[in-house]
Amino acid sequence: MAQRTHAVEHLETSTGLDNRKLAMWLFLASEALFFGSLIATYLLYRDQSQEGPFPEDVFNIPFTSVSSFILLMSSTTMALAVGAAHRGRLHQMRTWLLCTALLGISFLAGQAFEFTEFVHKGLTLSTNLFGSSFYLLTGFHGAHVSVGVLILLSLWVMAMRGRIGQHNALNVELAGLYWHFVDIVWILIFTLIYLLEPL
Amino acid sequence: MAQTTFDGSSLGVLEALRQLRQQAATYRGIWSWIATVDHKRIGIMYGVTAFLFFLAGGVEALAIRLQLARPGAQVLDQEVYNQMFTMHGTTMIFLVVMPLSAAFFNLIVPLQIGARDVAFPRLNAFSYWTFLMGGLFLYSSIFFGGAPNGGWFGYAPLTEKAFNPGHGIDFWALGLQILGISSLASGFNFIVTILNMRAPGMSLLRMPVFTWMTLVTSFLIIFAMPVLAVGLFQLSFDRLFGANFFNPLKGGTPLLWQHLFWLFGHPEVYILILPAMGIVSEVLPTFARKPLFGYPFVVFSGIAIAFMSFGVWVHHMYTTGLGPVANSAFGVSTILIAVPTGVKIFNWLGTLWGGDIRFKTPLLMALGFITMFVVGGLTGVTHSMVPSDYQQQDTYYVVAHFHQVLFGGAIFALFAGIYYWFPKFTGKLLDEKLGQLHFWLMLIGFNVTFQPMMILGLLGMPRRIQTYPTGMGWDLWNMIATVGAFLIALSVLVFIINVIVTARRGQRAGADPWDGRTLEWSIPSPPPPYNFARIPVVRARDDFWHHKYREDPSGRPVPVVAGGANGHEEEEGHSEHIHMPSPSFFPLIAALGFPIIAYGFVLADYALVAAGVVVLLFGIYGWALEPASE
Repeated sequence: MAQRTHAVEHLETSTGLDNRKLAMWLFLASEALFFGSLIATYLLYRDQSQEGPFPEDVFNIPFTSVSSFILLMSSTTMALAVGAAHRGRLHQMRTWLLCTALLGISFLAGQAFEFTEFVHKGLTLSTNLFGSSFYLLTGFHGAHVSVGVLILLSLWVMAMRGRIGQHNALNVELAGLYWHFVDIVWILIFTLIYLLEPL
Repeated sequence: MAQTTFDGSSLGVLEALRQLRQQAATYRGIWSWIATVDHKRIGIMYGVTAFLFFLAGGVEALAIRLQLARPGAQVLDQEVYNQMFTMHGTTMIFLVVMPLSAAFFNLIVPLQIGARDVAFPRLNAFSYWTFLMGGLFLYSSIFFGGAPNGGWFGYAPLTEKAFNPGHGIDFWALGLQILGISSLASGFNFIVTILNMRAPGMSLLRMPVFTWMTLVTSFLIIFAMPVLAVGLFQLSFDRLFGANFFNPLKGGTPLLWQHLFWLFGHPEVYILILPAMGIVSEVLPTFARKPLFGYPFVVFSGIAIAFMSFGVWVHHMYTTGLGPVANSAFGVSTILIAVPTGVKIFNWLGTLWGGDIRFKTPLLMALGFITMFVVGGLTGVTHSMVPSDYQQQDTYYVVAHFHQVLFGGAIFALFAGIYYWFPKFTGKLLDEKLGQLHFWLMLIGFNVTFQPMMILGLLGMPRRIQTYPTGMGWDLWNMIATVGAFLIALSVLVFIINVIVTARRGQRAGADPWDGRTLEWSIPSPPPPYNFARIPVVRARDDFWHHKYREDPSGRPVPVVAGGANGHEEEEGHSEHIHMPSPSFFPLIAALGFPIIAYGFVLADYALVAAGVVVLLFGIYGWALEPASE
């Protein structure tokens, strides 16, 4: 069955680019506008909050640096998983997929911890403009990471059942594209929202 | 294989689905429509659904016109009136013009590029079902305390909970969110289809202009929709979870909503009109029996419009006080965007010039488009002038302008497309006499309705008022506009009668009733499920025309004597070996998750949200694990 699906999916295309890969790139382009609008909203409302807590009251740069580092490392393991899938090293691929998912989960745990801390310090979605725009932006990013983790774990389960191999390594590659995109968005968020805050 | 990932209780469901799926693969019965992934059937479902919403939006328009026919009338009270104009605008834009365009994308694009289906047939079905769910969800608001009432652009903070309690706006925001998912999915699908699924030899600059405009529109959709999504999320978070994006008490600014909405909203205008321009660019060459004049100019001006459409949104916001620099800059960009539009108009006129013109209904509708759209475009140019716009802001002149481009433009062109391609998908020609009656009634009704609104606007009548006192000089023009609205309704009735009459005893259309130019006319009407028995090889723009005609020394077309002309290259034996994608229920199941989630949020019932997420995930995993064809 898998073989036949494979045959249908790899018909030659006019551009030579696989249909699903092209669709993924288009989806990510669209997502760029989505996060662009969220980031623009955050920047528009920067320093506009009328009451605290303000960013400098809640941000814990060392902590978020660590969780950012974890997410960045997950891009490395993701790239290793994609590489292993293409070379047919299935054992390695499974390991790196699981590593990536676990790193993603660690990042999400860090975010959950951070949100809890912020709420304890009095910052909720309805406290001020900072709270609204911060939680919406980072919350949607977290939701994207969660979807990515779900995809990675699904791939891992399928790989454990022998349904992912060199012939359909594209599945892993597509997950990789998505995962790297979500990471890149975090680099932007971390830089613009956390690191440049004192400026 | 798929069932191993589910527990025992869902096994029965999956087995039942599998049996229905096999039944659906026969192309017979209701299940074959519900599970279909065939682009032609999905296109027909899009078209029929959008037409039903067109009738709903039309009834709302008639109610509005009855209320405004005379001063001091009380046909609708203020609350219902607000709901009527909100639902009219939202319906006509998101549930009529966009899905009708999507119907044509589905029906025509794969045929014009010589493909057997779209790139992602199941995603295509998902787009349709999500659109249907979004529309039904939006309209279900009337059972939950009233329809949305904040206008089609839902300006915050008027739409905030504090000023607009009740569920209406929640239905509006979440309904548009669902419709956005549908549009995005079809946007990705059609870009990939057009770029990747072209028949050999169908280079980009040989593609029919309708296909080109579908490509450009799809790019606009995927870049404009996410901006709207963010605005809608912010609004929903304000209303449902107490965020402050548009809360003036906490420093939130209404300008944020306006920027996000119009940054989506102006490209949206071209999402509505570019497909219409594409249809007209197909109809004119066929009925003038000439190639499209200046094909590259038409294509590239479409692309130019798309780029510029992201740089003009502030012309909706001149009176918000952004200052002279911003207003001047956007005034200039707005004037500039009229240039590529004007280029297209001249190319269409050039196409007609010296043509061997046959005045059939599709051509009449296309001519209606050109003339009415020119008026609409010129009134748009008056809006681009900042001082002039200060006077026109929020008057009936604006209402007249955008109906002039959206009805006079898009709806005329969409009807041109319906009359033009109807025989291709039903095998029958719509009645020509009734068609002409439809056209003339609609043209007259349209002008009787909307030209008085121009005058009303210049006389200072504001839009969105439920009633007005007598003695303002508005009485006569309002009465005339109402009469015109009923003339339009009559013309639509004539169209419905035409469809019924045609279904009963319509004239049979062959493969190529109009002597067409593009590939869709080279296959039987209605096309077989696989479209092309053999994938065509394309050697020129208007390839099918060149199979039928060559040019004599003076440039006149002369029929090719032998072969090619009949358009029947079918050999029945071929269809046996063509492997088409299998029907699937999972797109529908996944789409069902969205309204459940949305009801959960509106009613603050998070168990319902969770249930919706489970349905959505069940649909997505079923979809992912089910082989695309078997």
